[in-house]
Amino acid sequence: MNMRSENFTMAPRQTPKNASGITNAAAVPAKLSVNDLNFYYGDFQAIKNVSMEIPSNQVTAYIGPSGCGKSTLLRCFNRMHDLYPGLKTKGGILLDGQDINASGVDINLLRARIGMVFQKPTPFPMSVYDNIAFGVKLYERLSRRDMDERVEWALKKAALWNEVKDKLKTNGQALSGGQQQRLCIARTIAVKPEVILLDEPTSALDPISTGYIEDLIHELKTDYTIVIVTHNMQQAARVSDVTAFMYLGELIECGQTDQIFTHPEKKQTEDYITGRYG
Amino acid sequence: MNPVYRRRKMVNRTIMAASLLASAFGVIWLFLILLTLVTKGVPALSLDVFTERTRMSGGGLGNAILGSLIMTALATLGGTIIGIAAGTWLAEYGGRSRLANLIRFINDVLLSAPSIIIGLYIYAVVVLPMGHFSGWAGVAALMVIIIPVVIRSTEDMLLLVPNSLREAAAALGAHRWLIVLKVCYSGAKAGITTGVLLGCARISGETAPLLFTALNTNQWNFFNMGSEMPNLPMVLYQNMTINSFIPSQVALAWAGALILTAAVLILNILARVSAARTQK
Repeated sequence: MNMRSENFTMAPRQTPKNASGITNAAAVPAKLSVNDLNFYYGDFQAIKNVSMEIPSNQVTAYIGPSGCGKSTLLRCFNRMHDLYPGLKTKGGILLDGQDINASGVDINLLRARIGMVFQKPTPFPMSVYDNIAFGVKLYERLSRRDMDERVEWALKKAALWNEVKDKLKTNGQALSGGQQQRLCIARTIAVKPEVILLDEPTSALDPISTGYIEDLIHELKTDYTIVIVTHNMQQAARVSDVTAFMYLGELIECGQTDQIFTHPEKKQTEDYITGRYG
Repeated sequence: MNPVYRRRKMVNRTIMAASLLASAFGVIWLFLILLTLVTKGVPALSLDVFTERTRMSGGGLGNAILGSLIMTALATLGGTIIGIAAGTWLAEYGGRSRLANLIRFINDVLLSAPSIIIGLYIYAVVVLPMGHFSGWAGVAALMVIIIPVVIRSTEDMLLLVPNSLREAAAALGAHRWLIVLKVCYSGAKAGITTGVLLGCARISGETAPLLFTALNTNQWNFFNMGSEMPNLPMVLYQNMTINSFIPSQVALAWAGALILTAAVLILNILARVSAARTQK
């Protein structure tokens, strides 16, 4: 892709293999593989022996009641937990077959490959333009014109360009909530990551903004692998190709979205989907 | 009318009246001070006040104003650099560690330390070893006063920056120092500026720490920091007390008081404006 991928100390991509015990039936290469992952907040174990694969260029949705560990798992993918002491990961996560927790991995280069959008919009206290340029400048030295193009490209990709093209100089925090969230998505795309993690990206938004962002997710999967955590089961059904149901830190079931929602294999999954828990 | 409601209304009126009286009492003194300053200071103002140096009789305040400006500017500059660095460490790196808590405690003590003690301290560690009073000693004393103010406001303002912004910047692959520099400071810069300006206003009128350090002189001192430095607060003190039998000297002191108050007022207004800009 660019110099970032070369700097990232990883072996050449392996041919994807379907690891055993994984219910993902699709014959799509795995972008991320989770192998027997455990995660601890101090003494509390938030994720228990989770194994699964996240297919390349598809949308994978995590559903489950609050506190089931889905956001925690998402934050393992870009090692967000490293920011805080006392949190411990055991087991492996492979990005294109390489362990992201290996000692030689540069965490910042990893995060440049795996972008993240949070539940609450987090525009930086700077102009709309600078919000997007910030991430790009971390890894690329672009001329003013190339940067202008990149900013426009990212804003168009995030379906925000028409609304902000005349106010690129205004503070990003002055936009509406839905616009702020699309700005954050544009900012993530501008860095040209390979994977985009979305942590309940629409839970703070109204239905119209939610609709924009769901359309966006459909568009983005041609170029990116997308992982989304959501509380909204209809949303998971609408946007995802693969759905994983988690409960109390365990992965209960994972499979093609239409199958999970129509013929779940596990009783617990069925109970959750039909509204019998939480 | 409902008796409970009537009672509630009565209490409300009484407390409201008492509060108004209390604030009026405070504001009246402030107003009287300003009035006295203007009535006594304005007649003494002339161009000579700014261009002439202080003399035994007559003269102006030019050297004192210049000396005060130099010392306040240098102390603010040094204090801002050290204070922002320390405040940043406390907010972004120190966290709740024992060292950080110790520094916070010492800083709070320093923040409320009487300025005469700070003057005495600099006298002991700078003036006595050097053997003479100096502008540097004055700057050092003023710095000790402004540093805790800047540390406190820097830390408080950085802690107001939501953690989610730090996470968002980290998720883009930014190093920690860059997150602080680009994201946290842009969120906190107006608040930090306010803190620096208020600190600057505070030290521009300090007299006690200069008494032991920069002392005062009748001569012009253009950046000769190694010798005594003329300064406005000390001139006020000397003209109002030691030279109080010379009417022209007293009048000059009133002019100086007016200039000093105006400078502090302007700094406070600037601080307000920059604080108001954060709210937007």
